[in-house]
Amino acid sequence: MEKLRKAVGDIVSELGPEKGSLLAILLAVQDASPESYVSEEAVNEIARLLNTSRSMVYSTASFYSEISLMPRGRHIVRLCINAPCEDAGKEEIRKALEKELGIKLGETTQDKMFSLEGVSCLGACFMSPAIKVDDKVYGDLTPAGAVRVMRELKEAAKNEHIS
Amino acid sequence: MLKTIDIHINGETLCVPENITILEAAKMHGIKIPTLCHFPDQRVKANCRVCVVEVEGNRNLVASCSTPVREGMKVRTNSARVRETVQTILELIFANHPQECLTCIRNANCELRQLAAEHGIREIKTDMSTPLLPLDNSTPSIVRDPNKCIKCGRCAEVCHQVQTTGILYSHYRGINGAITPEYGKTLAEVACVLCGQCAAVCPVGAIHEKDDTAAVWAALENPNKHVVVQVAPAVRVSIAEEMGQAPGTIAVGKLVTALRRLGFNKVFDTDFTADLTILEEGNELLQRLKNGGTLPMITSCSPGWIKFIEHNYPEQLAHLSTCKSPQQMFGALAKTYYAEKSGIDPKDIVVVSIMPCTAKKYECTRPEMKSSGYQDVDYVLTTREFGRMLRQSGVDFKALADGEFDNPLGISTGAGAIFCATGGVMEAALRTVYEVVTGKELAKLEFESVRGLEGIKEATVDLDGLPVKVAVAHGLANARKVMDKIQAGEADYAFVEVMCCPGGCIGGGGQPYVTKRETRMARMDAIYQVDENMPLRKSHDNPAVQQLYKDFLKEPLGEKSHHLLHTHYQKRGL
Repeated sequence: MEKLRKAVGDIVSELGPEKGSLLAILLAVQDASPESYVSEEAVNEIARLLNTSRSMVYSTASFYSEISLMPRGRHIVRLCINAPCEDAGKEEIRKALEKELGIKLGETTQDKMFSLEGVSCLGACFMSPAIKVDDKVYGDLTPAGAVRVMRELKEAAKNEHIS
Repeated sequence: MLKTIDIHINGETLCVPENITILEAAKMHGIKIPTLCHFPDQRVKANCRVCVVEVEGNRNLVASCSTPVREGMKVRTNSARVRETVQTILELIFANHPQECLTCIRNANCELRQLAAEHGIREIKTDMSTPLLPLDNSTPSIVRDPNKCIKCGRCAEVCHQVQTTGILYSHYRGINGAITPEYGKTLAEVACVLCGQCAAVCPVGAIHEKDDTAAVWAALENPNKHVVVQVAPAVRVSIAEEMGQAPGTIAVGKLVTALRRLGFNKVFDTDFTADLTILEEGNELLQRLKNGGTLPMITSCSPGWIKFIEHNYPEQLAHLSTCKSPQQMFGALAKTYYAEKSGIDPKDIVVVSIMPCTAKKYECTRPEMKSSGYQDVDYVLTTREFGRMLRQSGVDFKALADGEFDNPLGISTGAGAIFCATGGVMEAALRTVYEVVTGKELAKLEFESVRGLEGIKEATVDLDGLPVKVAVAHGLANARKVMDKIQAGEADYAFVEVMCCPGGCIGGGGQPYVTKRETRMARMDAIYQVDENMPLRKSHDNPAVQQLYKDFLKEPLGEKSHHLLHTHYQKRGL
């Protein structure tokens, strides 16, 4: 709790304790969170430091799909659910990802390794169907390709664990 | 000199002031444009769109509530395009609004239902019915039905701007959009003060007072119960309005008769304990001044205000007067002093309050409010619920003869009456404190400087050479400003009056719809008239209060007073 307060406090003083900085603050707090989300304690602390209501902070956080109010996995897998990707075979990708990870769209794996989210457009229509894993976009994807990306990440985590 | 311009509405040339909106201009000239999210005294929201009009040169219709007039502007408010658009907007709102109008608590005064009637909605063409959301009836005061919410944002505006409680706000997006506390919490889980200002501005049945009329009917029907009622000062200048008369209509005598008709065994007056509050609180102030107690002392009559300071300024509770509110003093005395005097077992006495307030419902359930050994006040009804009972029992309010309050808890002074207007508690206290301190009679009873709707009023009162600086705040945004000053050590007041609701209790969350600035003014003028009409106008002149001290309490701040009339507060935090 104290650690979180300090982390949020540092972010707020860096970005400025104004209501106009709220969105940037929320994104920075999310990035700093090991679970890639803005916790309720963080919402309360931001409200206190910005001298505004908790509900006002929650309102902004809950409006934007970029911000999560639920704990998420270490890797965030975003699947584009808009028309071009839909046309190019998004459903097959979704099924493959859900089977490989053992979760449904919108859920997080039990080991907190992956969160699977549907998003509206990744700006990568020219290579649909596309997914974005953390900061990297993978396009012209096949179901097997999507599974391969997941396995590579799992493998990397395993090696990290051993070393 | 106000600059005016010419605009054209529906072919008519109209001369209107510049810098107003199309909606305001139309209203000035008797042209009605429908509104929903718009509310008097609130900022423009322009989100419901039912006020759209055609403006020549604009491809799209514009919201008249947010579009300023300009010279030569040509506006159509009743073209086929406007009428059809308004109908469509209403149909879309109805598409996910429960079709329960017949049984809805707002049936007779719902603004949406009214618009549907005015705009000839004959069928609901679409049904996008969304999943049923749970009712929030977590508090003794307010019920929220999110299914009926039309997301106009009036409640969020009053909760954030007027009260700065910051509880209700719009969350999520699109079809999932909702106006709730954060994380969809219930009102009991957040720092809501239960003032009910959200309920007072809600156009539909999405937020309303918790209706306790059934419990009161049951008590009245029970032959083993002695049911006494107390009426708050504000209700005498608002019940006639609730029953269809003009705001500010005074109805003291009719009010008493109406309560007798409902079957109450005794009709008493909260003004009596308002007078008593002045004696206790006035003496507390004098004691603090003399003994170097915590200053400023802040009034404690308003339960919404108390909850607000407990949540938001938990370190400042020593400033609060320890006096209970008049409602709670009444309850404690009804089940002790009155029980003794009338020879009725307090367990058989049921105390009902008629209040302008939703927070009073919560106040009577606070665990410490059991000084008599029983819950001191059993049920609280708002002015609106009282009106409901009168309609259910067929009382033709306007035709009633005047009645008189019962003795002894029904005897009061004008000072007790003005308790319900912002500045009234201060004025009542000053009338008494001045005379007690100086031993002289006041030449003029009216303290004009603490009257009126200005947000924060300050005055310095000369107590025979001793200058006492006082402040009065109403509406919690103003209270917050005063508290910030006190917390920072920048306030040199001796005595501060705070009322939770704008205008004081006359503008309470349980008062008749629709309360706007003019309504508050009318009710306020009326209560000062009530005061003027009273033969006694100073609390310490109240003979029944004098008798109470002589026979029962002995002295202000005495041991019995301490036990029955004073209380303590709790640090709640956010």
